[in-house]
Amino acid sequence: MTTKTALAATVLATSLAAALSFTANPAAAQGSDKEKCYGVALKGQNDCAAGPGTTCAGTSKTDYQGNAWKYVAKGTCTTMTTPKGNGSLTAKSS
Amino acid sequence: MTLPATLPDDAGVGFKPQHLDDLLAGDAPIGFVEIHAENYMGAGGPPHAMLRMLRERFALSIHGVGLSIGASRPLDRDHLARLRTLCDRHPPQSFSEHLAWSSHGDVYYNDLLPAPYTAATLARVCEHVDAVQTALGREMLLENPSTYVLFETSTIPETEFLSEVARRTGCGLLLDVNNVFVSALNHGTDPRAYLAAFPLARVKEIHLGGHAETTDDTGAPLLIDAHGTPVADPVWTLYAETIVRTGPLPTLIEWDNDVPAWPVLAAEAARARAILRAGGAAVLHPVAA
Amino acid sequence: MTAPPLLTTPQDDFAPALLDPDHPLPADVTSHTTRHPVRRFAVYRNNVTVGLIEAVRARFPAIERIVGDDFFDAMARTFVRAHPPRSPILAIYGDAFPDFVAGFPPAAEMPWLADVARLETARTVAYHAADATPLDPAAFAALDPARLGAARIALHPSAVVVRSSWPIVTVWAMNSDEAPLGPVDFGVPEDALVLRPALTVVVHRLPPGTAVLLAALTAGDTLAEAATTASGATPGFDLTAALAVVVGTGVATTIAFDPEPQP
Repeated sequence: MTTKTALAATVLATSLAAALSFTANPAAAQGSDKEKCYGVALKGQNDCAAGPGTTCAGTSKTDYQGNAWKYVAKGTCTTMTTPKGNGSLTAKSS
Repeated sequence: MTLPATLPDDAGVGFKPQHLDDLLAGDAPIGFVEIHAENYMGAGGPPHAMLRMLRERFALSIHGVGLSIGASRPLDRDHLARLRTLCDRHPPQSFSEHLAWSSHGDVYYNDLLPAPYTAATLARVCEHVDAVQTALGREMLLENPSTYVLFETSTIPETEFLSEVARRTGCGLLLDVNNVFVSALNHGTDPRAYLAAFPLARVKEIHLGGHAETTDDTGAPLLIDAHGTPVADPVWTLYAETIVRTGPLPTLIEWDNDVPAWPVLAAEAARARAILRAGGAAVLHPVAA
Repeated sequence: MTAPPLLTTPQDDFAPALLDPDHPLPADVTSHTTRHPVRRFAVYRNNVTVGLIEAVRARFPAIERIVGDDFFDAMARTFVRAHPPRSPILAIYGDAFPDFVAGFPPAAEMPWLADVARLETARTVAYHAADATPLDPAAFAALDPARLGAARIALHPSAVVVRSSWPIVTVWAMNSDEAPLGPVDFGVPEDALVLRPALTVVVHRLPPGTAVLLAALTAGDTLAEAATTASGATPGFDLTAALAVVVGTGVATTIAFDPEPQP
């Protein structure tokens, strides 16, 4: 180790003290209080972070059979503007 | 609360996370829940937390959708090992899978696909059911599928095929009454004749679900096993008629697409429970097919 | 008795027709109404393709909101046909979607889109990751300041850092009901920490250089080594802000020290 990589212990300690001073501890509280945690995290949820699940059902929705590309993006990117204006994020009419 | 070794002869529902609170609230008209095995194969997180909470109150049926038992190629040993791990982690009162395939080559198709009913398929399916029962160290139930096409090469009626699998492997059967109705209508056959030929003594669970209606190339009606609506009246009738013959059996309401608010699903479960408690006597509607 | 190995199976003919609508029907397939049941076979094609598109949709809700449902359907359909799943565990299906989006010509005007997809991929990974109890900040407060630099800090199994040259946390938040839609400065790079300290997945916008520090901790470096690396890699690195992430988000699970050398 060179002196360059040897970070002064006092710098680390000072920074940690500062970090702790403005750290509320919601994450730790969430982890240590299981009941509260279940109440918050599981209450009636259908969490989109779960990602896809399986099904044993078929679907009555019909897929388009063609492969032709014919759509342009026209979701929120039409309203999510850049400082320079809508620019390249503006949807084109299809 | 001590749970029994097998599913209760009561109504159950396919578990959806949005119904967790209602299920735990205490007055759900059910005795068991069913989950799809493949949705609980992560290392941790909410899926396992929810399952632990559910198992304190309800019996559990683990229902696989991805083992591809109906394929001619060998079973995926890694997936079988994952099923074993899941059944060890949350010991269920029942494990079931489908007479269908879903993987081929290295692709998973995410659907329950049909195979021709031949002596060769029968030998493969029996081999696969044996392998599952050996790997899990327990009996499995095999479910009759909904099908939309037939095969020129099929030589064995589905009821005979399932009887033979059960006889050779000792497995139980899961009778999906909606699948019976859907397939019979799709193939122009009589669902009552199918049920008359079905080895009901082997049935240890019943599935009920909703179907959608469309038409085939000729304009003939074509039903799709979509699980997105209430159970149809003719299916309730076939179910009640079956319960008259079998006595009460664990009966699952499946609702996988356009999942409704809990009271709607609970009402379906309550209807099944009423039929079970009446011994099937509540035959209300004639079968329209 | 084990049946002999098969040269061909019924699936060989059936499977290729599922994801390719132009593929002829399997020769063996028939029905009681017609010998060529195209619409009947289309039920299976729909189940497979629509089912997989829905799986991609379930994992990338912010991407769908950004591009709109028509664009998303078409992009997802192209993806599922090119990259069908290899595993029946659908929760991990779509790991390849961000790279696909990055190379998808119709999305070229949104060069940041793939990184937002990477953030969404990480959320699912975190959701299903192993459980672990985060360290309480008090555990850090109790450390001997003289030994702080030698601490080796293990990160939570759910922790995923997504680095980007684009403001991915801002864009994701605006499209996930976490922040109102508004002007976005696409010149601001953002790194994300995706984490599930207990049962809820959270996304943190990392201060500059903190991603480097977390990567070094993951690699097993001491806190002093990690801080030095991050400082060297990041102009204006704010050690206090980085440590606030380490102690305040629940990303740390254990603190260990090397054994004292024996005399």
